[in-house]
Amino acid sequence: MEHTTLAHHLLLAGLLFTAGLAGVIIRRNLLVVYMCLELMLAAATLALVAFSRFNNTMDGAILVFFVITVAAAEVAVGLALIVALYRRTGTVSSDQLNTLCD
Amino acid sequence: MPDPLFVFFAALTLGAAGLLVLSRNAVTSAMGMILALVGIAAEFFLLDAYFLGVLQVLVYAGAVMVLFLFIIMLLNTDKPETKYPWIKAAGGLAVFLFLSAGVVALILHSGALDKVAGPTPPELSNNPAEFATAAKAFGRLLYTKYMLPLQMAGLLLLLALVGVVNLSKDAKPNA
Repeated sequence: MEHTTLAHHLLLAGLLFTAGLAGVIIRRNLLVVYMCLELMLAAATLALVAFSRFNNTMDGAILVFFVITVAAAEVAVGLALIVALYRRTGTVSSDQLNTLCD
Repeated sequence: MPDPLFVFFAALTLGAAGLLVLSRNAVTSAMGMILALVGIAAEFFLLDAYFLGVLQVLVYAGAVMVLFLFIIMLLNTDKPETKYPWIKAAGGLAVFLFLSAGVVALILHSGALDKVAGPTPPELSNNPAEFATAAKAFGRLLYTKYMLPLQMAGLLLLLALVGVVNLSKDAKPNA
């Protein structure tokens, strides 16, 4: 009988996290960078649910519940910030947002 | 060998994540993100976390991604990104993958995972202290053990609401 072990789930979560991290590093559009950040968060929740299920406890699942809540609030504030930034500077590209550099 | 369904949804999620990261069009990226989140929700279902899977689809793939798409289309940033530091990015990613492969090999070699959990998920029980699929188990814990975090989460959502209203009110052009 084939079965999925904890290592499989953790591997998938790790790969998703890596994909999100790579996106955060190489993308220049702030909105896409933000989506990649969300993907990293979702990958972490996958690992939490897997640990929770394999350890037969509810705590990890509850933590995922709170992560989803916090992520929703965070997305609202972050997008409002990006819109405010766009209104001031007219761009959402992290290449052109270099005021603190010069 | 893992469950074929797990493999299918893992491939779907990883492919969608690749679409999210590599697509030059922000709307295509958002579609990839939605697909990836639905794939993760499917993995939640396979882990018997039905309530969390539904929550993931409703909140993440639904509400949050609609907000993202709305902002992407509002700002109309469809100009494809020109400067892509592909070489540097690929090099950095290769180093990162090499290091993480080392970490994974170490973890698997040390056998720590076997101490954390058995090879198969334990049988589901009706004991509310253990992992349960019903939303009832969430409610019971949220209103007993996790009462304070629940209140904090509510406060956080209220603060986020006030903050967003304040942010979008204050942003004046060239202020």
